[in-house]
Amino acid sequence: MSELIEHLKNDIRIRESLNACIHCGTCTAICPAASFYDYDPRELTAQVHEIISRQDEDKLKELLSGDYIWYCGECMSCKTRCPKDNVPGVIIEALRSLSQDSGLFAESEKGRQQLMIKRSIGEWILNYGYCVVGDHLNLDLFPEQGPNWQWVLDNIELVFEKQGAHFMKEGSGAMRKVPQQDLDELYEIFKVTGGLKRFETIEKFSETKAQQMGMEFDETHDCEYFKHVYTHNSKK
Amino acid sequence: MELTGKQKIWEKYQKEIPSDSYYYARSCIRQNFWPGSENTFIKILREELGKDIKDEAHHTTCTGIAYHSDVVPLETTMTVVARQFSLMSESGYEHFVPSCITSFGLYTEILETWHEHPEIEQTIRNFLKESTGRTFEKPKFLIHPSDVIYSLRYEILKKARYRLINIETGRPLQCVEHIGCHYAKMFPDAGVGGAEFPHVLAGMVEAWGGEVIDYPERRSCCGFGFRQYLVQANRGYSIANTKRKFESMEPYKPDLIVTNCPGCPYFLDRWQYVISEMEGKIYGGDGYGIPALTYEELAGLVLGYNPWELGLQMHQVSVEPLLRKMGFLYDPADKYVVGNQIIQDRPDHPDVLKVL
Repeated sequence: MSELIEHLKNDIRIRESLNACIHCGTCTAICPAASFYDYDPRELTAQVHEIISRQDEDKLKELLSGDYIWYCGECMSCKTRCPKDNVPGVIIEALRSLSQDSGLFAESEKGRQQLMIKRSIGEWILNYGYCVVGDHLNLDLFPEQGPNWQWVLDNIELVFEKQGAHFMKEGSGAMRKVPQQDLDELYEIFKVTGGLKRFETIEKFSETKAQQMGMEFDETHDCEYFKHVYTHNSKK
Repeated sequence: MELTGKQKIWEKYQKEIPSDSYYYARSCIRQNFWPGSENTFIKILREELGKDIKDEAHHTTCTGIAYHSDVVPLETTMTVVARQFSLMSESGYEHFVPSCITSFGLYTEILETWHEHPEIEQTIRNFLKESTGRTFEKPKFLIHPSDVIYSLRYEILKKARYRLINIETGRPLQCVEHIGCHYAKMFPDAGVGGAEFPHVLAGMVEAWGGEVIDYPERRSCCGFGFRQYLVQANRGYSIANTKRKFESMEPYKPDLIVTNCPGCPYFLDRWQYVISEMEGKIYGGDGYGIPALTYEELAGLVLGYNPWELGLQMHQVSVEPLLRKMGFLYDPADKYVVGNQIIQDRPDHPDVLKVL
């Protein structure tokens, strides 16, 4: 059996969330992604079932290299209603893990976007202890925040203080500065459990893809490749 | 007593919510966008109701947003969650209360996985020991803060200074409630009322005098979709799904939206602004939007807390029209006063959406 199929088959999320589908289509009917993209969780479930049962590595590679697996929003609305206990949203999680760990994510437009997510919330976890750090969410990257958020950013310490929060200050409280000893523990967890390795893999394959695409690549949010993956949508 | 008949049927929709001694884990999104909500939750518990809640500095993100955006492996997330449990155990608590619905869903999923697969729990214990030297006990109860407020809604009512009633008409305010997908769609037994009859927010609204709107897209996603919002190229997914909810609720003329998940009010607030700029469309009355509140903010208003200490100035959609409907006495100027200082700066106004 191929290594990729072996990995997929042994992922606990596949073992727990992939059963024979009866094609009722309920998951597709209630899926927000299916109402927006050309995406069908019923079809995805059947496809993965077939790939594993036939050990079709070529088809798996094609799936992991394409946009299709990146359309789901992981809202998990599909979990509630499936009469066969399938969870297409969790199957997607396993596929996306494999796509990144194998480097195939870099072959699709939607997959390449993982660089942006790694360089924002991924790195904020290690640097601040939070997935989201408000003062990094400027209106250039997130214009929908609106003028009120700009006012918050301009006066962030006072606005937070008014609400009893401790923006990047010592001690407990909202948006406190997480102590260095706790950030060190987080880093060690990421090192031991494969979190850092995934970050490195995303960087490595993104750099190679940037070279293939002839785009400037560095470690910042300002390089050509980063801006491209963050904003480019060929299906507009 | 053995439950039979209808009592037995309804049993699975109930949730046991411990009445005291909570270990609080803050939410990445809530503390950034609605920091006053987290402080309000603690204030209500400690100062109004005399409860014990631990709020300490050493916990971190659970990595939930990164996990559901797929940049963090499952084993890493499980081990970070195990560390959170270790901090809870170390503090002598057994009731874990994560402030975020994404966290709540993830913790539920992880505990369920460990229950079904003890060998995975053991692997994670080994990872935690190796990386931090820590051990942990699993929580006796995993509860969302809204579960706690729901269980105390009549205690809060006893201290209420305002009701969810329009003082001009005497009629109940019309409320949209949005419980968030990861609260009970993944593990229905984990939520009050399950996925079929979610009552956690509806119970608060009804107890405090409001009326819940049952509109067609009531249970649809707010539109977050994790990577579908985080990456600018994908945001059409997010706004399109949120817009579908607005279009569906609009005919019922909601006075407010109350939300469970910290992310949902962000999308239900910000996308109103964007839709107004893109299409000139406004869903609330008189040119204002529909205020989208957290349940802590709603509880705080009912208790008569200062709206600006609750953090209602953080919303792009102005909340003042709602305050007026409730007959809420507030000082507009206090929005910009912090201790002895005054914020001189004022937010710019959007082109279309009216704000105060």
